[in-house]
Amino acid sequence: MNRRIDKIAYLFLFPALIVIIIFRFYPIVQAIGMSLYNWSIAGPLKFIGFKNYYRLFIDPKFYQSLLNTFWYLLGVVPATVAISIFIAYLLNQKIKGQGIYRTIYFLPVVTSIVAISVVWKWIFNPDRGILNAVFHLAGLKGLKWLNDSRGIFELLFNAELSGFLAGPSIALISLMIMTIWHNLGYCIVICLAGLQNIPSHYYEAARIDGAQRWQLFWKITIPLLSPTIFYLLITQSIIAFNTFTPVYVMTQPPGGPLGTTSLVVYYLYEQAFRLWNLGYANAIAFVVFIIIFSLTKIQQRFLEQRVHYE
Amino acid sequence: MSRKFIHMILLMGALIMVLPFFWMVSTSLKTLDESLQFPPTLFPKKIVFNNFLEAFKEVNFTRYFINTLIMTTGSVLLVYLTSVLSAYAFARLRFPGRELFFTLFLAMMMIPMPVYLAPSYVILSKFKFIDTYWALIIPWGVNIFAIFLLRQHFKSLPQELFDAAKIDGLNHLQIIRYIVLPLSRPVIVTIGIFEIITNWNSFLWPLIVTHSDSMRTIQTGLAYFAQAEATNYPLLCAASTFTTLPLIILYFFVQREIMESFARSGLKE
Repeated sequence: MNRRIDKIAYLFLFPALIVIIIFRFYPIVQAIGMSLYNWSIAGPLKFIGFKNYYRLFIDPKFYQSLLNTFWYLLGVVPATVAISIFIAYLLNQKIKGQGIYRTIYFLPVVTSIVAISVVWKWIFNPDRGILNAVFHLAGLKGLKWLNDSRGIFELLFNAELSGFLAGPSIALISLMIMTIWHNLGYCIVICLAGLQNIPSHYYEAARIDGAQRWQLFWKITIPLLSPTIFYLLITQSIIAFNTFTPVYVMTQPPGGPLGTTSLVVYYLYEQAFRLWNLGYANAIAFVVFIIIFSLTKIQQRFLEQRVHYE
Repeated sequence: MSRKFIHMILLMGALIMVLPFFWMVSTSLKTLDESLQFPPTLFPKKIVFNNFLEAFKEVNFTRYFINTLIMTTGSVLLVYLTSVLSAYAFARLRFPGRELFFTLFLAMMMIPMPVYLAPSYVILSKFKFIDTYWALIIPWGVNIFAIFLLRQHFKSLPQELFDAAKIDGLNHLQIIRYIVLPLSRPVIVTIGIFEIITNWNSFLWPLIVTHSDSMRTIQTGLAYFAQAEATNYPLLCAASTFTTLPLIILYFFVQREIMESFARSGLKE
């Protein structure tokens, strides 16, 4: 082989490189710089060192948005993945009409979150919504859904609780329900592909050894599916962490009732593009980055020990 | 579990998945009065279509459709240009720093959008790009997933093909044009579909980088419309229906490719 150099390669990389440098690399550098300034539309630009970070440290609204995001992740990710494993497992039983079911379950994934949010806001409508109509039919009292700032634990235990103990608000639970509905199809398709990769002779061998159906599921399906599950947990967490649209479209005021649906990315948007505190918003962005980054790392560490790799 | 039981569970699930769509279409065909009845009617008593016309009359959805079309076309073409060229360089050319550049590309594209939202705005305003198509298209002109897929594919093509082309005196651009691209149809389609869906549904970015009504895309247009018409749900459902319909139609035609492209990208949103 000759060791020549294809100089034209740099020319080929140029268009991509220029976009990446201007719109990815430089913004990161800029973000770190901006976070050290009092950078807003009104007033002069002033270097303030780490004051934005200090402000973040004592900002109760920021903590509230972090707590909300934590609940949101906890409510959405495990449930979505668990339900999708269950549905994919059923679909994989050589069921008739597997393709049609898959098509239907995947449909919300290609639908825009804005339109979906509008429709679900209508479904959750406290006075005219179809969900409360179903509650009425069942003889239950309707809920205020997206307008209800009460914590779910307050409702369940019928007690006055606050902060962490109150749990996510009913409004946030409503967002979670919609998100699970929206993301389920994607996870099902991924799980189904994972299940179809498990060689059938594993099951046959286990059956000969006298394994029951549930044993097959827990001792073969779940361990062999664990790389898929692991992948889904990570990607779904990151997606959940980045959630913005439903908060913006569904809750009134956005972030709403009493800030109980303000997720951290929404809070960042509000600081940056409603209040125009761009410097402060970048301090938030930096924390978001650290959290997403470590989330990935922690999950990797924690799960690597349990994940079965062939 | 018996087959019947499995079908029962799956059917119930499918019903839950479809119900919001049914409710959207059903509401869009009702009069405002009927939509306000409680308990609601499942099917409209009298089917009316004027919600669709009225939505178009009240805001300029035609314009929003055109804007989205321009944004989508621009992004698809730019992504094709940047990813075909760089993937070819990564897969078939030899140059110092190849691995370094590839790692750099990967690292840069892994950074979540919220992190560069505010600084991008400042940079775009320096270029005077805010409220123009450029702001919608250029920052999204590179897609690492596209580069990744194409690189894998280009690597898998047999070396003899390239040797023969060189003997025939073709340069690299001609090789791409006459040999590589015709052999890459499925990957190109996968990337195109993925780009169409993400552009059509993108919301946060257009919300931030455009301000004027005439620059709104279909999603930001719908969101503003939803704020303005907070309680007229037949109207809102009509707008939601016609903004989702194009992708749903596309989905029924190429659903296999769509699922594949989502599964392979691992990206969403």
